[in-house]
Amino acid sequence: MLEFQILLPSIVNGLTLGAVYALVALGLTLIYGVLHIINFAHGSLLMAALYAAFFAHAGLGLDPYLAMPLLAAAFFVVGYALQRWVIGKASHGKDQNVLLVTLGISIAIENLALYLFRADTRTIETPISYEMLDLGIALVPYPRAIGFAAALGIAALLWWTIERTDLGRAIRAVAKERQGAKLVGIDVDHVFALSFGIGTAVLGAAACLLLPSFYVSPSVGNVFVLVAFTVVVLGGMGSFTGALVGGLAIGVTESVGGLFLGQQLGQLGIFVIFIALLLFRPTGLFGSRLA
Amino acid sequence: MSALLSVQDLVAGYGPAPVLHGATLDVAAGEIVALLGSNGAGKSTFNNNVCGLYRAWAGRVSFGDDDITASDPARIVARGLIQVPEGRRVFPNLSVRENLLLGAYRRGHANRARNFEHVLETFPRLRERLAQAAGTLSGGEQQMLAIGRGLMAEPRLLILDEPSLGLSPLLVEEMFALIERLNKEGLAVLLVEQNVVQSLAIAHRAYVMENGRIVLSGQARTLADDPALRKAYLGM
Ligand SMILES: Nc1ncnc2c1ncn2[C@@H]1O[C@H](COP(=O)(O)OP(=O)(O)OP(=O)(O)O)[C@@H](O)[C@H]1O
Ligand SMILES: [Mg+2]
Repeated sequence: MLEFQILLPSIVNGLTLGAVYALVALGLTLIYGVLHIINFAHGSLLMAALYAAFFAHAGLGLDPYLAMPLLAAAFFVVGYALQRWVIGKASHGKDQNVLLVTLGISIAIENLALYLFRADTRTIETPISYEMLDLGIALVPYPRAIGFAAALGIAALLWWTIERTDLGRAIRAVAKERQGAKLVGIDVDHVFALSFGIGTAVLGAAACLLLPSFYVSPSVGNVFVLVAFTVVVLGGMGSFTGALVGGLAIGVTESVGGLFLGQQLGQLGIFVIFIALLLFRPTGLFGSRLA
Repeated sequence: MSALLSVQDLVAGYGPAPVLHGATLDVAAGEIVALLGSNGAGKSTFNNNVCGLYRAWAGRVSFGDDDITASDPARIVARGLIQVPEGRRVFPNLSVRENLLLGAYRRGHANRARNFEHVLETFPRLRERLAQAAGTLSGGEQQMLAIGRGLMAEPRLLILDEPSLGLSPLLVEEMFALIERLNKEGLAVLLVEQNVVQSLAIAHRAYVMENGRIVLSGQARTLADDPALRKAYLGM
């Protein structure tokens, strides 16, 4: 029998990890829900954001938490432009083209990173890197605790935007009824690009939350994109709550799985869940809301 | 009488061959104009090209003082030319309330709260269903919602594409009464219909479209007695 004292910290730890997974997955699920695009470039865009946060710290001495709004804004612009002038233009409205275009973008970004930064793994140290937050039931590294709180805060902001603002209503309208949207004067291409922009802005923020307790390398995106896809499938494609709950669940699975099977195999549990889901509940736990 | 909407020689289509072969029509402020025609005549194609959903091949569309021939739908909505489309096209995943609010997305935002109340007074059934997802409304309720959403944009001209389609006879009656009432309040209406008798009863003028061409036009009262029209559409 495993001691409760070990299990509980492991769960708490998993939740902190899962919140950031959830954030990355939220970006993916938003883009899928609105544009019906499976964005294969999501992972490499996260990797690019991690490098941006890394060099903002290493080169400009900018604390990742301070850099967060800047990076979110910058990646919003990147995402908006990508959708409006690359993906939207190149795909001619065909889904298989969209897949190829996002895959192409992902390969381009990854190879550019390999060329520029080699395969080296880089980390940063912040003043709080080794500080621990004592929760009584568990000790949590400060960067993890901040990442958890900020990720949930950003998710809440995102939820509010989607549910309570005109922009959010327009985004949901376009997801389901494009003709109707045009007839109330919604600029559909603009809203598509805004959605994609928001989905990538989230990556800019996630990168800043991850970097202090993680690393960056040209292939780091793959780790997250697999997890994010699992989360999105787990929660139901396009479901906001699903991504959030799914992210947390995956984080806990990985952490507790690591406890039983050893660090290296922690992620194995995730993919077992993934395959089981595809077999038994392919629409996910929450179905689809946006899509 | 200067026209509010003026369409000249509109040619449009989807594939290689045109559907509309030069349609000319106008609507003056304060008028109800009926556009009649059988299935596949090209009425919806006409509307959608006028509203900018498709780009017309040739011809000219002006609205008020503006040439809107090559405008985006958003620009056209901003000017106050609003279409309630065939098939309603409400946002099924949004609540009734949200559908109405989005009606004022591009136009009428300043008076949104007031217009919202006004629409609910016009359609009391919608008030009982404000939180319900629009996709779960009955066909008739969806039609009310689609019209309500259109009214939220403070239209200068409302194009209604087959508003009576799929409604029970009683609701059809109500629908035509409503259109007449909105018109009495000053709204110009282009009424696209197959319901010839009732349309001609409330319209000031009418056009008949066949195979993408306007084949007959004139005062509604005159057309109602036209032997050719009676023969083609009423079978007498
Ligand atoms: N999106 C489209 N793509 C291709 N062809 C279309 C499209 N929409 C309409 N058509 C064709 O254009 C012609 C005119 O159709 P339209 O919908 O304008 O007719 P309508 O007068 O509105 O008919 P109804 O009274 O049945 O609504 C038809 O032959 C139809 O098949
Ligand atoms: Mg039609």
